[in-house]
Amino acid sequence: MRFEDLLAGDGRVEPRDEMPDAYRRTLVRQIAQHAHSEIIGMQPEGNWISRAPSLRRKAILMAKVQDEAGHGLYLYAAAETLGVDRADLLDQLHTGRQKYSSIFNYPTLTWADVGAIGWLVDGAAIVNQVPLCRCSYGPYARAMVRVCKEESFHQRQGFEILHTLAHGSPAQHAMAQDAVDRYWWPALMMFGPPDDDSPNSAQSMAWGIKRFSNDELRQRFVDMTVPQAEALGLTLPDPDLRWNDERGHHDFGEIDFTELYEVVRGNGPCNADRIAHKVRAHEDGAWVREAAAAYAAKREAGAA
Amino acid sequence: MSSRDWPLWEVFVRPRRGLSHVHAGSLHAPDAEMALRNARDVYTRRQEGVSLWVVPSAEIVASDPGERDAFFDPAEDKVYRHPTFYDVPEGVQHL
Amino acid sequence: MTTPVTPAGFVLGLADDALVSAQRMGWWISRAPELEEDLALANIGLDQLGQARALLTYAGELEGTGRTEDDLAYLRDDRDFRNVWLVERPQTDFGVTIARLLVFATWQSELYAALASSADLTLAGVAGKAVKEVAYHVDHARLWTLRLGDGTEESHRRMQDALDAEWPYVEELFVADPDAPIDPATLRDAVLGRVGEVVAAATLTVPEVAPSVGGGRRGLHTEHLGHLLAGMQHLHRSHPGVTW
Ligand SMILES: [Fe+2]
Ligand SMILES: [Fe+2]
Repeated sequence: MRFEDLLAGDGRVEPRDEMPDAYRRTLVRQIAQHAHSEIIGMQPEGNWISRAPSLRRKAILMAKVQDEAGHGLYLYAAAETLGVDRADLLDQLHTGRQKYSSIFNYPTLTWADVGAIGWLVDGAAIVNQVPLCRCSYGPYARAMVRVCKEESFHQRQGFEILHTLAHGSPAQHAMAQDAVDRYWWPALMMFGPPDDDSPNSAQSMAWGIKRFSNDELRQRFVDMTVPQAEALGLTLPDPDLRWNDERGHHDFGEIDFTELYEVVRGNGPCNADRIAHKVRAHEDGAWVREAAAAYAAKREAGAA
Repeated sequence: MSSRDWPLWEVFVRPRRGLSHVHAGSLHAPDAEMALRNARDVYTRRQEGVSLWVVPSAEIVASDPGERDAFFDPAEDKVYRHPTFYDVPEGVQHL
Repeated sequence: MTTPVTPAGFVLGLADDALVSAQRMGWWISRAPELEEDLALANIGLDQLGQARALLTYAGELEGTGRTEDDLAYLRDDRDFRNVWLVERPQTDFGVTIARLLVFATWQSELYAALASSADLTLAGVAGKAVKEVAYHVDHARLWTLRLGDGTEESHRRMQDALDAEWPYVEELFVADPDAPIDPATLRDAVLGRVGEVVAAATLTVPEVAPSVGGGRRGLHTEHLGHLLAGMQHLHRSHPGVTW
């Protein structure tokens, strides 16, 4: 079937189908960026594995960060069906030619940040990702189905951390509020620039890669999150946040995207650290990867 | 394709006894032994399976999407292969 | 006939071995040589942590002091920890991690297998579950030892270095404890036999080195444990008595 007919019938494009180059390139870029985000996203939370304040929390956090490695893995595999290699994608990440979500350039300063990331960052990611389960590219959509199934535990554990802190000692409550204050706006920025400033969105929508606009998804996230914040007993740091009866949605304040662009440009608090950590791990592991390949080659030569 | 990555493997998981193995995804591994273990760690962390297959992706022989019409359309008009094609007189059971 | 009472100190030793190992293993998540290995090491760390929690809880019961798993993990100083030196030193080299896991998991697998049929039913229950987990750890360590030992020249050298570095700490695993339901001294031949086979198959050599003096089971540790605990415990201790 022709590509256009497939899309028109809301069908799925599969790896060996013919597809326009631009579609393939867009997908590679988006899936790679998504995979990189999962992998770099392991670091801010991984930062607290050694210090988690109870063994139960430590186990949950290890399993959560491990899941993110899995997500990266599923997504790299989806990108590889488009004819690229994981090693090449990693090179592009390590040399700054491909991006990852800027949210992970913010530091996790306190334990409550782990809660805020689970609740707000994984929460925003879920809102972004659920529509991707119906993405026109089959392997990406299937990877997202698996990812979304695993994500719901992530958001809940974050919510639970904050709920416990918010209902704990005054110091714990303050820690939770501080984390929400710092992560709220960056979480809203995860949905990308406003629609009138998002040049590639229309094409992605036409291709069935994107199903909803940035602003639609952002609104959905805000509407979903406000009552949860009330249940937590925490405030969202936006004086303009209020229910609008007419629109049937919450209004919220203007987002300062200049900060986002600064962070994207590399001037966030952790950009350099995140990449350095990743590059070091990759380089330190080279001898191991080579050894396993050499061992396999020897067996194969021996069997032949 | 560069050879800097370990080879790619396709992973098939049998969710329960009595069901077929179903494609779950892919992973990289240096050899079959490691691929099987990696498959366990990557694709069955939530008790998704009771049995695993791994196959080198390069060994999969796939039908060509360009030949899809020739492959699959001829089955379209062979409706007599489906039981619903046949009328069963009223009252006849266990057929 | 009454069931013999398992000494709390013995259980605490096993618990601390598992806890400290898990703490070291957690470091690898986001630092492994390949993504697939991030997941594998995290699984191993999670198994170890699960064992630690079950054993700490039981140690608290045996003590009769009402201390929970978290009380024991977070509120003891290093002089009260009972783990062996093998597990407490840093492991930021993949070869060292594998060498240590090979020895430690093989030791655990022999010990848990024996404890699984212990008259102490609680301990037998924990060991019966753990024995399946550590079988996988042994296997993982074995596969990697073979690949690193018989991989490249560099990996062979590094894996041998790793074995050399870990070996002084092996003997402490077998320090006699006649009051324990299973005296670790009795496991020595089985454990070293299994490990030796893997090492030889990997074209490596079992190091001949003098054992370290050890002392972990008596609360005498290397300087590394204090730092590990400082990191692990500081947040919990900064907010006494709260819930997390
Ligand atoms: Fe994720
Ligand atoms: Fe997540």
